Amino acid sequence: MFVEYFTMRLLFILFAVLILLFSACEKLLPKAPAPEETLDGPMEGLTTEQSIQFARGDEAFGEVFTPATGLGPIFVMSSCAGCHTGDGKGHPFATLTRFGQSDSTGNNYLMQGGPQLQHRAIPGFTPEVLPSGAPFSRFLPPAVAGIGFLAALSDAQILSYADPNDADGDGISGVPNYITPPPYFVPGPYHIPQNGKYIGRFGRKAAAIDLLIQTVNAYHQDIGITSIFEMVDPINFQVSGQGNDPIPDPEVSNSVINDVVFYLRTLKPPTPRNSSDPDVMAGKNIFTDIKCGKCHIPEWTTPQSDVAALSNKTFYPYTDLLLHDMGPGLDDGYTEGSAKTSEWRTTPLWGLGLSKIAQGGQYFLMHDGRAKSLESAIMLHGGEASDSKNLFQQLNSSDKAKLIKFLESL
Amino acid sequence: MKIFFLLSFFIPCFALGQSDSLRKDSLITNMNKDAGYNRPAFFGDRFPVSLGGYLEANTHYGGTDGVNEGLSFQMRRLTLFMFSRLSSRTRFLTEIEFEDGTKEINIEAALLDFQIHRLLIFRGGVILNPIGSFNQNHDGPKWAFIERPLVSTTLIPSTWSNPGFGFHGSGLLGDLWQWNYEAYLTQGFDDQIIANETNRTFLGATKENPDRFEESFNGSAMGNLKTAFRHSSLGEFGVSWMGGVYNAFRVEGEIVDDKRRVDVFAFDLSLNPGKNTNITGEFAMVKVDVPKTYFQQFGSGQYGFFLDWNQKICNPRIPGFPGSALYYSFRLERVDYNTENFSEIDGGGKIYDELWGLNTGFSLRPQNETVIRINYFYRWHRDLFGNPASKSAALQFGVSSYF
Repeated sequence: MFVEYFTMRLLFILFAVLILLFSACEKLLPKAPAPEETLDGPMEGLTTEQSIQFARGDEAFGEVFTPATGLGPIFVMSSCAGCHTGDGKGHPFATLTRFGQSDSTGNNYLMQGGPQLQHRAIPGFTPEVLPSGAPFSRFLPPAVAGIGFLAALSDAQILSYADPNDADGDGISGVPNYITPPPYFVPGPYHIPQNGKYIGRFGRKAAAIDLLIQTVNAYHQDIGITSIFEMVDPINFQVSGQGNDPIPDPEVSNSVINDVVFYLRTLKPPTPRNSSDPDVMAGKNIFTDIKCGKCHIPEWTTPQSDVAALSNKTFYPYTDLLLHDMGPGLDDGYTEGSAKTSEWRTTPLWGLGLSKIAQGGQYFLMHDGRAKSLESAIMLHGGEASDSKNLFQQLNSSDKAKLIKFLESL
Repeated sequence: MKIFFLLSFFIPCFALGQSDSLRKDSLITNMNKDAGYNRPAFFGDRFPVSLGGYLEANTHYGGTDGVNEGLSFQMRRLTLFMFSRLSSRTRFLTEIEFEDGTKEINIEAALLDFQIHRLLIFRGGVILNPIGSFNQNHDGPKWAFIERPLVSTTLIPSTWSNPGFGFHGSGLLGDLWQWNYEAYLTQGFDDQIIANETNRTFLGATKENPDRFEESFNGSAMGNLKTAFRHSSLGEFGVSWMGGVYNAFRVEGEIVDDKRRVDVFAFDLSLNPGKNTNITGEFAMVKVDVPKTYFQQFGSGQYGFFLDWNQKICNPRIPGFPGSALYYSFRLERVDYNTENFSEIDGGGKIYDELWGLNTGFSLRPQNETVIRINYFYRWHRDLFGNPASKSAALQFGVSSYF
């Protein structure tokens, strides 16, 4: 009798514990970070088919390549997500080195591995080294969140902010970087060519015209992955007889490339945080007062797009996608396309406050990560941004803090 | 017909003799080294070839950072054992495992032992490399947790076995201590340990090589040593090492690269501080010679540990199961997959890629051979750069039993 009673009681307790545990299952699992605290994720309004393609692209973006799947033979990183962790800014570990071009006549080091250094190699191969005397610059990978909105803009919209000869006399020019497209480039109705060249809008020097070119180049130059668009592995010409890897080309299919491009196009834009905070609001006014917004154009609206979720959307990237002379302090002596060596594309500021969650809890800002704080990044601005920098310097510490708080809210 | 008659008479007699002799087998101790032989299937009145095995199945409800994977039913493994004593000085044991349904089918062990002396037993076949204790003593029904320790799966690639040969033996040190050693030369690792989709140094990647039971990747052997001591009341501790060249330094007879080594050191313990308390743990450290021109993502150093605390709570009275026992268990574990510093950052900068884990749960053992478990684990993983930790958790319910 006792045994039966005890057994019944034990079974009841076990059953109750199980019911409790499984009913509380959801609460026992880690919660998702708030949407505004992360950079990854799809934009709102995608159809079911688009959401599925986004998911495929997301998976491909995270795919880690190995020597068995085509990595290298010389490379910089083994996956897209390795450079763009959480779709945010890159870490110095993922720094690219570009070399070989110092003016608009082109790259003189193409037969010595230019324009990008592949400083890592799979076992059995030798990585490249920077040729002696070659002009070079180091590029930290930019954030990719919201990049589809920038891709959706028309050339006419970008050109509306261009002022190559500083006609308005504000000391700020803003010039597009005209790039010779690769053979596979298909111009859209929103492109405005000039002498067979097209406006670049992606990359530190705005050397990539669209996201397909950016993606193909990244697969090829960063990971050493061939596609139908770039069928030959990057080869180290500095070593006699070094060949390609033994994996048949192309190493990724067209559909993978297209999925990744679609993924990039439909990543959600960074969500501003604490917008109603009085300090943030005051910082926003200071941002305008000291003329940061002359180049870091806050607001844009997309034209009609083949992706409905991208059509006629107002967004806040804080860039004009144009080149600006940033002064001798940031002139590395290297350039791409028609840009001068001191010219850099205005970096979008959206997502700036979330950079730390992709950069290991600290800031690595400017094109090569040399600035370790927002204030030092501002102080590195020169050339056309000198006035803004000087105005920043004249701010009292309270106003400086408000401006920084605003930038961190983006 | 006559032969059949004779066989049908003698085989059962032989079987009885075998099981008796096994029970009294002087080669078998209670130590981790002999875990393979300390299985219930081998202690009954069995046919000369004893058959046994164990089953492990569970539910898994988990997720990571708010992404809920939902509920899964997992058939982790079905393992079959065969044991035979061929003579008083020779014995055979094999363990064949079906993992994740039939996704992986492995010969985990196929051992032939020839006893020359109690201290010198020659062993050949497919050897479960004695590194740490979990690799040898890994049967599901013995453990309170459904999840295997991370250090014993993602650093030491349990279950890690290789064709090879060597010697082992055991002896007594006074009245209270037992001692044993194992020394083998086996097949080793290959270069997948630094070229795999986990994007980190991962010794278990070699298990993907389908030729590893047939041909050495580079024509060199891996050494493996272990010694362990057991006190009759305190428990057991052991130290072990395995290492060798992992890369293809020679292609078609031509030397094409330096010989690059991988070495694993482990320390394990299993203590009984109280009558109803057991503490089990393992610490492992991996050293790999990674080419300088390769990729810091694949670290040259790794370490990790786990510590399990198992406490018997009571002996519930369950009709038909007079020996039932209820346990509470807790596990703390940590793995650092890359102990290096970034060379790209001025002044260094730690490479993270590290994980902390907690695992807790209750296990009911209605009989010694069977365990019913409810587990909950929570893990924090920081990526290479040390960004905010990704959090994973799961609630699991499972059964495991010898048969």
